[in-house]
Amino acid sequence: MKYLEEFRNEKQVKKLLDDIHSMVTREWSIMEICGGQTHSLVKNGILNLLPDEITMVHGPGCPVCVTPIGMIDKAVELALEKDVIMCSFGDMVRVPGSEMSLLKSKALGADIRIVYSPLDALKVARDNPEREVVFFAVGFETTAPANALSVIQAERSGLRNYSILISHVLVPPAMEAILSDEETRIDGFLAAGHVCTIMGSEEYEPITQKFDVPIIITGFEPVDLLQGIKSCISQLEKGESGLDNQYKRVVKKEGNKEAQSIIFEVFEIGDREWRGIGMIPSSGYHVKEKYSTYDAIRKFDIVAKDGKENPQCMAGQILKGLKKPHECPLFGHKCSPTSPQGAPMVSSEGACAAYYHFGYEPA
Amino acid sequence: MPELDFEIITLGHGSGGKLTNDLLDKGVFNLFQNDYLQQRHDGAFLDIQGKIAFTTDSFVVNPIFFPGGNIGELAVNGTVNDLAMCGAVPKYISLGLIIEEGMRMDDLWEVLAGVKISAEGAGVQIVTGDTKVVERGKGDKIFINTTGLGVTHPSVDFAMDRIEPEDVVIVSGPLAAHGMAIMSVREGLTFDSDIISDTRPLHEITYSLLETFGKDIKLLRDPTRGGVATVLNEIAKFSKVGIELDENQFPVGRQVKAACEMLGLDPLYVANEGIFLTVVNKKIADSALSIIQDHRFGKEAAIIGEIQPENPGKVFIKSRIGGRRVVGMLAGEQLPRIC
Repeated sequence: MKYLEEFRNEKQVKKLLDDIHSMVTREWSIMEICGGQTHSLVKNGILNLLPDEITMVHGPGCPVCVTPIGMIDKAVELALEKDVIMCSFGDMVRVPGSEMSLLKSKALGADIRIVYSPLDALKVARDNPEREVVFFAVGFETTAPANALSVIQAERSGLRNYSILISHVLVPPAMEAILSDEETRIDGFLAAGHVCTIMGSEEYEPITQKFDVPIIITGFEPVDLLQGIKSCISQLEKGESGLDNQYKRVVKKEGNKEAQSIIFEVFEIGDREWRGIGMIPSSGYHVKEKYSTYDAIRKFDIVAKDGKENPQCMAGQILKGLKKPHECPLFGHKCSPTSPQGAPMVSSEGACAAYYHFGYEPA
Repeated sequence: MPELDFEIITLGHGSGGKLTNDLLDKGVFNLFQNDYLQQRHDGAFLDIQGKIAFTTDSFVVNPIFFPGGNIGELAVNGTVNDLAMCGAVPKYISLGLIIEEGMRMDDLWEVLAGVKISAEGAGVQIVTGDTKVVERGKGDKIFINTTGLGVTHPSVDFAMDRIEPEDVVIVSGPLAAHGMAIMSVREGLTFDSDIISDTRPLHEITYSLLETFGKDIKLLRDPTRGGVATVLNEIAKFSKVGIELDENQFPVGRQVKAACEMLGLDPLYVANEGIFLTVVNKKIADSALSIIQDHRFGKEAAIIGEIQPENPGKVFIKSRIGGRRVVGMLAGEQLPRIC
């Protein structure tokens, strides 16, 4: 497959690893932002091939993982109490809320549909005019254009039985929050290639300057990741801190302008709570007043309050890079993909699930 | 399709009365006619010599028609293959139908034709059966149960503790075709592709392996739900050995690979219906591979790994790029009702 096989080339990987090994002279911590990158690092066995001096810290870039437990409670309430058809991405239905997951609510009679796109949810709404249909719109900047587009299309076609339960978060404010946290020590970042495809690379420039940290926009295949790590280590060893774009075949400086205009037609930036991290100012999207009838929170009278987390779950420290998944006391004991106690164990892109799935033993 | 004076199945067809008789006489018995069904008894009288293998399986696949087959073919081949994995020649199967009220007669007929074609293809006879109808909304068009009897090859000696270091793991064909075929037509997930289910009987190949190599064939398993990864984990766990796989050796079709990439699935965990895994003594591995490859259903067979004394209970894989990782059990389902 073009654009895949050449980025999985064993010779290239070996060459890059040799370069990285010969370059590194001291310990560095690099955070890969995106859960897709974490998954690829673990799946391809890259973590074990890197020099011991390099610690990869697994960032908060898994939307399922950072969606607050209270939002899941709201989705469950909508599905069970308000009798809506709740459409969701597959990963989201297994995330435990305070009382139950969407999957469990399905077993209790709720109408939960797994879709691959909000436009499929729109079709469900069209096919079921007598029912209310809600799409659980989670994600980063990457999924925002399609979610916004579903609202625009619903509005244009006069579809009144469709709305979105939105929990959209943004990468740059989270990076700033992590860098401002006194406990964390991250020397460099691999920024998330797909997020930058939409938003461009420009918004990372100020972060490199403010925090004196190299940021490499990086793709997801083994060669991508190793090129990103090599570029980051090269800068760190030289004492530099610039923005580099490894994922040039996809990411443009200005991003995808058309996608951005669709996002900002429907959404505006506001404060958002991140599971495990807490409230981060201006870190997410909310539905604009103009489209408020498509906002499930405003459309339905939801009573669910902020949810309760398992107090032993270390998701927050793991998402901030302070702990590794297998250092959590619940990992592999009480917490596994079949009975996840925290969100990073639920999504296949979550750091805990990646560690569990690929055989890490409890520490 | 026989001349029938009804187009859809109603509750009456499960009542045991006239409608049931119409459906059975003109439909089922007529289609599957053989001496055993002719007896019109509550069960079948069978003469079997040798060690018997006995298995049962239920089929609830959604949708019931999918690229490369239907629930009827799956129900026969699934049970035939369970017998094949016991090292048996499949002989007789039962057919239990649970039909939802409102199912179209032509759909039912197509499913039954699938049963007939597969049974003939596998050389098994339908010797007994049952038909029930449930109210609309209480089923999903049709569920099928098949139970099978077969005669085991005399040299079968499958025991997990006979698997030992240096034994070799062979897969008989490309991975993940059935699961991806179902996924391509599942509501909400549809995508265009030429991927078809690999549902097919495997007993001819397994029988020739046993006939040629006897006890050097140490285990046969078909990696259906949970895929190849799940079966290999079970083997590692119960045999108390480690398994080392090479990702570069896995046969996966080009379109299946692309579809898996697109949906974020690992072919190692996707369901199969027409391939098997076998663990064999290293010294016969190459000859066993050619016997499998000589059969029309085994052309793309490959040696994918080796049994090792280290890391008992674990399955490792050498990744395409030379990294190494553990292959875990499937946690939760990738997609429900795949078979």
